[in-house]
Amino acid sequence: MTAPTDTTGKGPSDYRKLEESVTLSPVANPSGLGQSEELLTINMGPHHPATHGVLRLLVTLDGEIVRDLRPLIGYLHTGIEKTCEDKPYWKVVPLVERMDYLAYYFNAMAYVHSVEELVGIEVPKRAQYLRVIHMELNRIMSHLFWFGTSCLDIGAMSLLWYSLRERETILDLFESASGQRVHTRYFQIGGVIEDIPGGGWVDRCRAFVKELPTRVAQFRDLIYANEIALQRLKGVGIVDSQRLLDLGVTGPLLRASGVEWDLRKAQPYSSYDDFEFGVPLGAVGDNFDRMAVRLAEMEESAKIIEQALDGLPEGPVIVDDRKVALPPRHELATSMEALIHHFKLVTEGFRVAPGERYSAIEGPRGELGCFVKADGSSKPARVHIRDSSFVNLQAIADMCRGGYIADLIATLAMLDPILGGIDR
Amino acid sequence: MPDPTGLELLAGGLRARLGDDAVVGTAHSNDYGSIEIQPQHISAALALLRDEGYRFLSSVHGADEYPHEPRLAVHYELLDMNRPDRVAIKLRVPVDAPHVESVAPSWPTADHQEREIYDLFGVVFDGHPDLRRILMPEDYEGHPQRRDFPLGGEPVLFTHHEAEGLHYAE
Repeated sequence: MTAPTDTTGKGPSDYRKLEESVTLSPVANPSGLGQSEELLTINMGPHHPATHGVLRLLVTLDGEIVRDLRPLIGYLHTGIEKTCEDKPYWKVVPLVERMDYLAYYFNAMAYVHSVEELVGIEVPKRAQYLRVIHMELNRIMSHLFWFGTSCLDIGAMSLLWYSLRERETILDLFESASGQRVHTRYFQIGGVIEDIPGGGWVDRCRAFVKELPTRVAQFRDLIYANEIALQRLKGVGIVDSQRLLDLGVTGPLLRASGVEWDLRKAQPYSSYDDFEFGVPLGAVGDNFDRMAVRLAEMEESAKIIEQALDGLPEGPVIVDDRKVALPPRHELATSMEALIHHFKLVTEGFRVAPGERYSAIEGPRGELGCFVKADGSSKPARVHIRDSSFVNLQAIADMCRGGYIADLIATLAMLDPILGGIDR
Repeated sequence: MPDPTGLELLAGGLRARLGDDAVVGTAHSNDYGSIEIQPQHISAALALLRDEGYRFLSSVHGADEYPHEPRLAVHYELLDMNRPDRVAIKLRVPVDAPHVESVAPSWPTADHQEREIYDLFGVVFDGHPDLRRILMPEDYEGHPQRRDFPLGGEPVLFTHHEAEGLHYAE
């Protein structure tokens, strides 16, 4: 650590002189310098305020230096994948939403996308655009929450309130569109449940994405000049891109190390090829780049939302196939056929011919894949979510080994693990 | 996803290098292709596909094919980032001898994912550096994601159950 530069012009203060006059008695084997014989293994978590959930880390310390690290997980395991096997296809959506609780639209999208490809459903264009709008709002929301809590971890408390204020606007938009702030169950197999409401929803959304770049610039101003934060970010936790690829790391973590890989660009789904947006990349792959990439991604998401609102096509918001999608409510009072379809869907659900498929989307934390296996009945024989946090967490040891324990907290925050998704 | 012809070419390449009986079959539907191979060839097959450009192992997951035998399936989802293209490799092992060679030494991303399959399905990955349960408690008995494992009926360990002598294992 370098001494702070003297800006007053009066020379070192009395306190500084006193501090410098102190000589420490020589230590034969100072801790934190080289491999000492005595290693200390300690538990961090599962209940630790800075682990972003019930994550337990077994840390082997050599003084202040982290020599080894092992994540222990499973404290939040609720067997969602098992429960999915007991629900008809369309009733699985609210279950998978609850896995990664900051990316509920993405979880739902990964699942419905997989089922739609398995069954062969063509989603109406308006529904695809509405999905894009909500997913990108969700991406901004997830990054905002990550940003606020991560800044809290590295000592910048005020940013939590600023980022949560912006997040609140997004949650209000979700609430107006779907009735729920989190776990919205907005995406259905075949489309979305309802059109976005009139009464200024679009205007509020536009106002938000117009203001967001200003807010992100303010975030940057607050954190990029914060010496304490920069000490924990710059040059810390670097893992080269090949090692990250071997570990299966995707998303902002991979892009921060300079690999241009974004499934929205590489394998476009849900009309992502209609929009123009950039893929922010980092140069070194340290914690600072991870933060910078996510902040820039928020701005790119805002661009996508703006284009999607401009080009929002008219038309239905859910597929017109009554075998997979519920009939409109008003038809139930007049049409016997609609009533039968409604009854069949609600009691049994629709059947899917035997088959299996894995498809992936770009979640806020990387590749969010969903494997669905059908056995011919109305319930899936297997639903597996390849959660990006679960795979990314394997890189934590590589990122932290050889660094300070204080850097571990910052690196963990920049990894952005969501334990609900990891444990499922 | 490879087209059906591309998938057959990949399968043909595996047959030529690993023997005719190494590939059990191929399946292709709606742009998703998978090749089922004999379990003992998994490391060699993944290494060959890595040379073909499929250098990223995006997911390893299990499935229970009950009532079909052999029941336990392991899927390896490979990705070629340059084209970009995906292909799935699948293998199946019986419940009474659920042994598969671990690919974690050459594909580090498989480490936790193989542990998860071991935990939830009971597939044993030989050569895995640290094969332990990952999601369920260490002393848990059974593999809950198997299709014959009942949903619910799990005794919840509260203190008043302790008085009744009820434990996890019962």
